[in-house]
Amino acid sequence: MRGVSQAKWVVAAVAVALAATACSSSGSSDSSGGSSDSGAVNAAGVFSYQSGEPQNPLQPANANETIGGRIIKNLFTGLVDYDPATGALRNQVADKIETTDAKNYTVTLKSGWTFHDGTPVTAASFVKAWNWSANVKNNQINSSWFSDIVGYDAVHPEKGDPTGTEMSGLKIVDDTHFTIELTSPVSYFTYKLGYSAFSPLPEGFFKDPAGYGEKPVGNGPYQFVSWEHNKAITVKAYDKYAGSNKPKNGGIVFRNYATGEAAYKDLMSDTLDVLDQVDSTDLPKFKDDLGKRAVDQPQGAIQNISFALYNADWSSLDKDKAAKIRQGISMAIDRDTITKTVLNGNRQAADAFVAPGVMGYKAGTCGDACKFDPAKAKQLITENGGVPGGKLSIMYNSDGSHKEWVDAVCNSIRQSTGVECIGDPKPDFKTVRDLVTKQQVPSMMRTGWQQDYPLNANFLRDVYGTGASSNDSHYSSPEFDKLAKEADAATSVEKTAELYQQAEAVLAKDMPSIPLWYYKTSSGYSNKVQNVKFDSFGDPVFTDVEVKK
Amino acid sequence: MGRFVARRLLQMIPVFFGTTLLIFMMVHALPGDPVAALWGEKAPDPAQLAARKHALGLDKPMLQQYFDYMGGMLTGDFGKTLAGRPVLDVITEALPVTIRLALFAFAIEIVLGVSVGLFAGLRRGKAFDKGALVVTLLLISIPVPVLGFIFQTVFADDLKWVTPTVQDSNDITQLVLPAFVLGSLSLAYVARLTRTSIAENIKADYVRTAVAKGLPRRKVITTHLLRNSLIPVVTFLGTDLGALMGGAIVTEGIFNVKGVGNALFKAINLKEGSTVAGFVAFLVIVYLVAGLIVDLLYAVLDPRIRYA
Repeated sequence: MRGVSQAKWVVAAVAVALAATACSSSGSSDSSGGSSDSGAVNAAGVFSYQSGEPQNPLQPANANETIGGRIIKNLFTGLVDYDPATGALRNQVADKIETTDAKNYTVTLKSGWTFHDGTPVTAASFVKAWNWSANVKNNQINSSWFSDIVGYDAVHPEKGDPTGTEMSGLKIVDDTHFTIELTSPVSYFTYKLGYSAFSPLPEGFFKDPAGYGEKPVGNGPYQFVSWEHNKAITVKAYDKYAGSNKPKNGGIVFRNYATGEAAYKDLMSDTLDVLDQVDSTDLPKFKDDLGKRAVDQPQGAIQNISFALYNADWSSLDKDKAAKIRQGISMAIDRDTITKTVLNGNRQAADAFVAPGVMGYKAGTCGDACKFDPAKAKQLITENGGVPGGKLSIMYNSDGSHKEWVDAVCNSIRQSTGVECIGDPKPDFKTVRDLVTKQQVPSMMRTGWQQDYPLNANFLRDVYGTGASSNDSHYSSPEFDKLAKEADAATSVEKTAELYQQAEAVLAKDMPSIPLWYYKTSSGYSNKVQNVKFDSFGDPVFTDVEVKK
Repeated sequence: MGRFVARRLLQMIPVFFGTTLLIFMMVHALPGDPVAALWGEKAPDPAQLAARKHALGLDKPMLQQYFDYMGGMLTGDFGKTLAGRPVLDVITEALPVTIRLALFAFAIEIVLGVSVGLFAGLRRGKAFDKGALVVTLLLISIPVPVLGFIFQTVFADDLKWVTPTVQDSNDITQLVLPAFVLGSLSLAYVARLTRTSIAENIKADYVRTAVAKGLPRRKVITTHLLRNSLIPVVTFLGTDLGALMGGAIVTEGIFNVKGVGNALFKAINLKEGSTVAGFVAFLVIVYLVAGLIVDLLYAVLDPRIRYA
């Protein structure tokens, strides 16, 4: 009799399966109906954006990756931010930030700013937030951003427990005024203040930082609604937002996509509204597919290959000769052809160590060294005794689609100069970082830099300064450091940018790394939205996106 | 029978610990420091790096980490992800989605596979049989990503019946397309297995006897022929259920389903030992239980098979 009951069960399963199939075909047919083409805007309209799961809780000083970072930027507004069109600094919560010596700053806040829980944004909201974020005990990834401030070593000693909870360089004058004292002059400190680590935090945060990391309360243009882990993060426009960039839409759904291909498919059917980046598979055809809705724009980011200068073969050579050889290697690379063919025009050949669109970018700083000249390349290398060890390799992480261009660069070097060059793939980013921090890179490595703030100092000081945290080639030049220091002490940002250009010229001479190309934002948007523009960080100007009626 | 089940359950214990330990060791052996990678291209702050590792228990020896983990698991504590979320939350989000998807694929596989196999086997050499062989061969030879792409193009872009990817992984009606893609390969195998088995058994003595007794054709086929022919198919299905659950990575990626495949892939990438081990522990249990059910089903299908 058992057999009979089994059969019944199977019949029931068939019925269920069939019913489910039928449901789906009728149920979802209406969801993808045609969108209207009228330009009328629905100010309360919500749009979706291709995103992923943030790596960390949503605390401003804890987001150093793009996914969490851009959500923080929408939820929080700091003293200043950057104009998305020009990259210029503009005041938001700050009414003015004054200094006479680039070391002592007086901040005056605008009144009328409130957090999403209704409490006002005061001087204490900033000072307390910064002290908390800098404290080593609170383990915020971006805490080193506060290291310019006097008293940082008390809350964040290199070893052991902090000796205090407050940085002595921060003083609250009254509700709308506070002062910042730096250990040494940093003329562009105001530029740094635009980074989201410097966001204010509401009083409630300090009672429950972990809880606020799951349900952030900020003062930005958007207010947190929900975080469905691995699915979506939803925010809505904050109606009492006091900043200059009031949202022109009702909110954003940051939708989690496992693959870029899936997101692209959804964009094509208007199921997703704004794409983050076109994945490499769809890159060759996205402009044809999207037409006017395709976005192709420069970004404040650069791709380099850097030399492991700490290796004996480089450090034992004559300094000038070694630099000439490195220039020769750089000249052997046909950047134009590689960016056009291998990289589908998604990159722009580099001519400086700083990306364009950044304040202080000066075209052609890299000089002849970044121009393709096989004859000169070969001459420079052979005249100065050849590449140390006779061969080169470029280390890269194979989880980041770098193989194609690394091979192309090596090919180019080999063909132009006859120097043996091979790609040196490592399984993933972690492995590469491990070898880089342990100084175990055999020859050259892929390095990249995306701006933290749009000023040339960020591309130079933080990457090539002696002992800088991202100085992967361990380049050290007294001349560069001296110029950088002078630039930091300048009294105006314009002067700083100019002095940093001189420091950049030192790099062109020493060639610790080879600038290859600048990144571009390749993206697109659906038929349901309009006025989608991207800034130099590669993020859309979320507040300007208009949802069509 | 009771003793058989008890023995099988006891056997599961060493298998369970062995596999989870192996996985734990493998994740541990992956190169790179997952915590340091949180700092991206910047050099991590040594004090903070140590503090984070300590909080996650990653500074202990590997075996100790494993025993701590297993001890925690018994009390329902699966540890934390690098981002500080409880692993159990990640598992309970992803597991139901994949179970649903796998069972759906499984149902499609059984219903379509067995019925196509049955009809093809009964009409061996006829047009339907030949057609079934061609179609199943096609399904076996088309790679899953290609099939997924074809489905997206036809049903979403051209016919506009569905959205190209799954918008809500908890909505079972949206899982039809991915479930079919996921189950298609096994569907083809089930159909072919059933067909061969039926075609063989139709000549068996007991079928001839049943026909000679004057039983109606329907009865001969369902209770005698099909029931006996299903044994190899059930064996295949039992192992396949586990494979469907673990192997959904590609399908989940194509259709953006937030299931185990997706979460597991991300965890391996981030080298999150505790998340990987947690998922694998569940998958091991699914495999073991499915295996046990298959063995028990043998007795149901063929009473001649007895358990000592």
